[in-house]
Amino acid sequence: MKLHPTPMLDQLESGEWPSFITGIKRLRDTHPDTRIRETTNDLLGQLEHSYETRKGYWKGGTVSVFGYGGGIIPRFSEVGDLFPKSREFHTLRVQPPAGNYYTTDILRRLSDSWEKWGSGLVTFHGQTGNIMFIGATTENTQHFFNEINEYGFDLGGAGPCVRTAQSCVGSGRCEQSCANEHEIHRRLVNNFLDEMHRPALPYKFKFKVSGCPNDCMNAIERADFAVIGTWRDDMQVDQAEVRRYVSSKGRQYIIDNVITRCPTHALSLTDDDTLQVDNPNCVRCMHCLNVMPKALSPGEDRGVSLLIGGKRTLKIGDRFGTVIVPFMKLEDESDYERLVELAEEVIDFFAENALEHERIGEMIERIGLVNFLEALNIEMDPNMIVHPRENSYVRTDHWEEEAQKWFERRSGHSRSANVA
Amino acid sequence: MAHAERRLPIESGCPDGIQYMHPVMKKNFGRWRYHEDPRPGVLRHVAYSGDDIWTVRAGTQRILDLFTLRKLCEIGDEFADGYVRFTIRSNIEFMLSDGKRVEPLIEALESNGFVVGGTRNSVAAISHTQGWLHCDIPATDASGVVKSMMDQLVDEFRQWNMPNRVHITTSCCQINCGGQGDIAINIQHTKPPKIDHTLVANVCERPSVVARCPVAAIRPAMVNGKPSLEVDERKCVCCGACYPPCPPMQINDPEHSKLAVWIGGNHSNARARPTFQKLVAAGIPNNPPRWPEATAIVKRILKAYQTHARDWERINDWVERIGWTRFFELTELPFTKFHIDNWRGQQKSLNASSHLRF
Repeated sequence: MKLHPTPMLDQLESGEWPSFITGIKRLRDTHPDTRIRETTNDLLGQLEHSYETRKGYWKGGTVSVFGYGGGIIPRFSEVGDLFPKSREFHTLRVQPPAGNYYTTDILRRLSDSWEKWGSGLVTFHGQTGNIMFIGATTENTQHFFNEINEYGFDLGGAGPCVRTAQSCVGSGRCEQSCANEHEIHRRLVNNFLDEMHRPALPYKFKFKVSGCPNDCMNAIERADFAVIGTWRDDMQVDQAEVRRYVSSKGRQYIIDNVITRCPTHALSLTDDDTLQVDNPNCVRCMHCLNVMPKALSPGEDRGVSLLIGGKRTLKIGDRFGTVIVPFMKLEDESDYERLVELAEEVIDFFAENALEHERIGEMIERIGLVNFLEALNIEMDPNMIVHPRENSYVRTDHWEEEAQKWFERRSGHSRSANVA
Repeated sequence: MAHAERRLPIESGCPDGIQYMHPVMKKNFGRWRYHEDPRPGVLRHVAYSGDDIWTVRAGTQRILDLFTLRKLCEIGDEFADGYVRFTIRSNIEFMLSDGKRVEPLIEALESNGFVVGGTRNSVAAISHTQGWLHCDIPATDASGVVKSMMDQLVDEFRQWNMPNRVHITTSCCQINCGGQGDIAINIQHTKPPKIDHTLVANVCERPSVVARCPVAAIRPAMVNGKPSLEVDERKCVCCGACYPPCPPMQINDPEHSKLAVWIGGNHSNARARPTFQKLVAAGIPNNPPRWPEATAIVKRILKAYQTHARDWERINDWVERIGWTRFFELTELPFTKFHIDNWRGQQKSLNASSHLRF
C-alpha cells in the first residue's frame, strides 16, 4: 500500500491535546485488517487534499438499512478516483443509552462489531447526541446495523424526523436532579420510533432532557421540545452548612458571589449568618445552589417545565424554546402518559401546520403562541411571557369570557394552576 | 462479500442506561446530597446514604480510533471500576467508588496522552462539528481547529484559572451545528454563491431552493437556455442555506470564506436567562493546519475575561456588567458597522437610553 503524503496533517500531531490524526494513522499503519489500513490511508489522503485546497469533498446521497428510511448519513467522495478505498464513507447514527452511560464491556463489543464492518473511527457523541460510527460502505452499513441491533442498539434520526434525544447525567449522580431524566428521555423518544425511522415530518424534531435549570443538555437552546427539571416549593437550606460556607469563605465572598448575584434579589444574609430566602420570588436559576451545593438543595415538590421551539440558525435565526407548561409532576404512570400524550399532540400539530423545512419554533413565530396553545388546549399562564404585549394594535373581543376563564382556573386549583 | 441479510430491524430505540450504570450510582439513584471538587478534573458526589462516587474526567480527540477507545477501556478496567460515560463535550468520565484509586487513574490517563480536567471554572473541551473529515457542506475543518486551539489552551483545561467555566464551540458553516458558546469560532462566508448553471436543472429542486433563502434573494431564471437559479447579490447575506439542497450553488470559497468569533452564548439559566452569542470579530483567515490567527483572538478574549471578570461571571455576565464599549477597549478588537444588527428584532439590541459609558 502506497501511503499518501500528509505534510499538513502531520503538523497536527504535535502538542499536548490528543491528536485525531495520530489515531487515524495508527489505524493506517498498524491495524491487522488490510481493509481498515487502506480505507484510513485514502481518508487521510482526501483530508490532506481538503487542507491544501481548503474545500470539502463529500456529497450526500441515499443510503439506509432495510426497513428504515433514515439514520445513516451517506457520504460519497467527489474525489473517489484519487482515493477509491474511502469512496463510500457513510456514518451510522446510533442512539446511545440514556444519560450516555456505558460499561467498558459494551464499548468493547461495539468496537469489535465496528472493526468487522467499518473504518475504525467513532465519536461519542455527535452534536445531536448520537454515537457516530464514521466510515462504512453502503453494503457494510447493513451488516454493522444487523449485528449491533441484535444486542440492543438502534439507529437514530436523520432528515425531517424525530431525532435522537439527549439526557444529562441526572439522578444517577447529580444532586441537582429534579426528575428521572432517563425515564423521560426513553418514554418520549421511544414512543416516536416510527417518526424517527421513517422521516415524514416537515423538518427535524428534537427532544432534550435536563434534570435542573442549569440545563447541561442545552435543551432550551437547541431542542424543539425541552424538558427541564424544577421544583415549586421552597428550596432546602441547611443553615449549619451556610454558616460553614460563611466562616470558610468569608462574609464578603458570600455577599458578593451569592446574595447580590441573585437575579430577583430573593436572598438575604442575616446578622447571625443564616440565609433568608424569599421563595415565591425565586426563579430557580440555580446560581446559589451551584455556589453552595452542600448548603442549598432543590425543594421536595419536584417536577418539570416544558419549553417548545429551540433551534439553531436556519432559517429565520436562532431561537430559544419558550415555556408552554410551567410545571408538571412526573411521579406516577398517568403523569408520564400525560407527558407523552402532550408530545404526540405537539408533533401532530407540527406535522399538520408547519411549512416544509420549518422548525416548530419558526412555525410558532409565524402563527403566534396563542394559536398554538389554543390548538393544544393548553392554559395561558403569565410564566409564558417576559412581559405582556406592548403594541396597542390588538383586538380584545370577548374580554369578559377570557377573564372569566382565568378566574375559574384560579379558583379551581389555587397552587396547581400551572399544572398542565 | 456476502450480501447482508434483509432482516427486519428490531425497533428498540434508546437503550436503558441503568444497565450500564455503576452499582453505587444505581443504589443511590435520585438520592445524591452534594458534590465536592477535590481537584481539577475530579468530582466527588456524596449520597444521603453516606456512599460516595468519584468521577475522573479526561479530554479526548473526539474522533476516536478503536485503538484509543480500547486503551480507554483498558485503563477503565485496570484503574477504575469499568463504568464510564461521555459528556456532551466528548470528554470521557470514569466513575469509581474508591477514592484512593483516583490518583493512579489520573496518572494512567496522563501517561497515555489523555488530559485530565475540564471541570468547574476551567476552559472546557471545545465542542465541535465534522468539518472536512465528513461533512458535505463544510467551509473549514473542525477537528483540526479544535486540536490546534486545545494545544494552546490545554493548561486552562487542566486548571481552574477562569472566573467561571468557559464553553468554546466551533462550526464549519453558518448553520452553526456547534451551537452557542461563551466563545464560538464559526465560518463566515463573505461572497454570494457561485452558481454552476449547467448542473442546477438536474441536481436541484428549484422551488425548494428558492424557499430556503432567508432573505428571498434567489429567483428561478433561464441561463444559456437552461432552467437555473439566480441570486440577487445585493440582498444575499452569504449564509449558505441554499448550498445543502443545491450543491451547484457553491458557497465555500478557499479565499473568501473567513472565520468569525462570537461571544456570550450561555445555555444555563444560572443568574440571567440563557443568552445567544454576539459577533465580536470577523475576517479571520481560514488558515489550516493550525489556524493561528483565530487562536490568537480567542486567547486575547480569554485573557481579558480572566483579568477583569469577577468570580462566577460567565463571559456574558461579565460583558453585561462592563458594557460593550469597555469590552472592545479591553480586547483591542475593532468595532465596525457589521456589529450593529440589521436582522428582524434589531431594535432590542440598540441602546434606547442615555445609559452610556465613556
